[in-house]
Amino acid sequence: MRLAVCGIDAYAYTGTRAFDEALPTVVFVHGAGHDHSVWALQSRYLAHHGRNVLAVDLPGHGRSAGEPLTSVEALADWIAALVVAAGAREAALVGHSMGALAALECAARSGDLVRRVALLGPAVPMPVSEVLLDAARRNDHAAIDMIVGWSHAPHALLGGHPVPGLWMPGGARRLLERSRPGALAVDLAACNAYAGGIDAARRVACPALVVTGQRDLMAPPKSAQALIDTLPDKRVVSLPNCGHAMTVEAPDRVLDALAAFL
Amino acid sequence: MSTPKSHRFDTLSLHAGARPDPATGARATPIHQSASFVFPDSDHAAALFNMERAGHVYSRISNPTCAVLEERVAALEGGVGAIATASGQAALHLAIVTLMGAGGHIVASRALYGGSHNLLDYTLPRFGIATTFVDPRDLDAWRAAIRPETRLLFGETLGNPGLDVLDVARVAALAHDHGLPLLVDSTFTTPWLLRPFEHGADLVFHSATKFLSGHGVVIGGVLVDSGAFDWDGAKARGKFPTLTEPYHGFHDMVFAEESTTAAFLLRARREGIRDFGACMAPATAWQILQGIETLPVRMQRHVENARKVVAFLAGHAMVASIAYPELASHPDHALAQRLLPRGCGAVFSFDLQGTREQGRRFIESLRLFSHLANVGDAKSLVIHPASTTHFRMSAPDLARAGIGEGTIRLSIGLEDAEDLIEDLSRGLYNAGKA
Repeated sequence: MRLAVCGIDAYAYTGTRAFDEALPTVVFVHGAGHDHSVWALQSRYLAHHGRNVLAVDLPGHGRSAGEPLTSVEALADWIAALVVAAGAREAALVGHSMGALAALECAARSGDLVRRVALLGPAVPMPVSEVLLDAARRNDHAAIDMIVGWSHAPHALLGGHPVPGLWMPGGARRLLERSRPGALAVDLAACNAYAGGIDAARRVACPALVVTGQRDLMAPPKSAQALIDTLPDKRVVSLPNCGHAMTVEAPDRVLDALAAFL
Repeated sequence: MSTPKSHRFDTLSLHAGARPDPATGARATPIHQSASFVFPDSDHAAALFNMERAGHVYSRISNPTCAVLEERVAALEGGVGAIATASGQAALHLAIVTLMGAGGHIVASRALYGGSHNLLDYTLPRFGIATTFVDPRDLDAWRAAIRPETRLLFGETLGNPGLDVLDVARVAALAHDHGLPLLVDSTFTTPWLLRPFEHGADLVFHSATKFLSGHGVVIGGVLVDSGAFDWDGAKARGKFPTLTEPYHGFHDMVFAEESTTAAFLLRARREGIRDFGACMAPATAWQILQGIETLPVRMQRHVENARKVVAFLAGHAMVASIAYPELASHPDHALAQRLLPRGCGAVFSFDLQGTREQGRRFIESLRLFSHLANVGDAKSLVIHPASTTHFRMSAPDLARAGIGEGTIRLSIGLEDAEDLIEDLSRGLYNAGKA
């Protein structure tokens, strides 16, 4: 589905379903350097189980035009504008990593639009190492190698993709390689600079779900604890033996958590 | 947080895609000899069929043992995934039919395995897919052969049987300039000698019957996707509707939207394997996995032995010429040194001095070399291409492919090289007496 958000062409995967105003809407927001395809299984399932799904490509990512947005606050406002542009009165937001920060901030800023918010692999704050930031700024492939290495549980770096025949580290590497030059650096800088996470958590009025991976090195579970402690209405799902790339490493467990919450 | 390290080739050869069986603790990958897999409930069943959940349904489409092989080869090639097929020919067919239908056109190297040449030159035209064959060394010929309806460029990393070295980077760049993918048959090189994706190729396939399995006991193929080709990119736009337009055979799924990096594999599995059905048996996948575990050490020995045999033949009066790119006399010597620093494999051809009868006497005098139609076995093999693997080709086509009446193809195995040389020496002596 293509739609104009803030006057700029945007793409959202819908699971090959037409938007139905009578159905509840779920917006999926990807992480740094990614696109809608990281949600392939979860978004397709919900699209075929009674929801409108909008798995977005953020500006400057995937099939969406424009430049990558430079702050989590700007991403939050863009998500709210997308919900309106799609014609939904309200939506549940599901975000992963950087997308979780954007969903959190959006839920705090646009409470009237956000019915529920699911935060996968969040860290508040989300500091990014200078080594990674520097490599990303230089579009150095080392940035991708670092992210792939840190984003998977150790066993996942040797494969075991739940989708038959796919090689998990290879898919992760190639998706990041396909992001536009500079987009990853902008995303990581936005994560690194975001300081409003705890304040946003206090202002979230809707129910929240936090999903953490017990083997997550990018956003270790302890880095989400302050967020969890602050959210007024929350539930927490901790995925054993799962890294940061949880939508790919454990698609069914993520889907089960989302389906039960949404 | 220390910088993470990717696992290296030899480690991936043993571990990629596999982990101890969670049900039994079995360390070796089990052979999942089951046609079908039980659904936990009706909703799960429907979700599996509609690609909303991951898992196995029916072994024609996917199988847990085959999936380990697919991941392993994808890991070794540096791709995003793979599909195991009934044979290398099935892998080639799957690649082609996933990308085009009637009206499509392929530009292919003319130095191909005879079976591939036959498929392209005689069989596929019956289904409306045409091929133009070109000298793999002539980039202008590749360029000139591209038409508006061209959908694929195709060559072998080491051409059969003259070992023409495909300049993967230059042919890939040409393909990409025209919004086209490059498919390479990497059977002779294996990822241990060459990883074509690192040079720009988009799709790779293997006859896993050869070096990957390594022992001449199974027939199988593997098709690997780099995940890098942009099927919907500006130059490719409109060329690949199988990937970029709704597929009515799967609820109007648009594969390039469904998966940014694995659209090709999705379509190949959801249509090509499902409908044409040339899948791999799990026992076959298991045997190929056993072979891949030792691929690095075998390939090293294959190459070492091949070098010794080449050196012997190069100095023998009965040998007119040897087509081995490590020799300065080979037209691709410089390219091979750059592209294949670990070696040029263990399959090569040489031309015998003398008559066809002397060739026959040579082959029939050999005791260690087995006279059969295969390569990449642990045991050394020999064949006369003009009368066997390439017998369907016309005389001019044979000449263009570098195959003469006296051409002998050897596949050097893992025996003691001195024993192989003694065997060849006896054969050459008897040929000289014939």
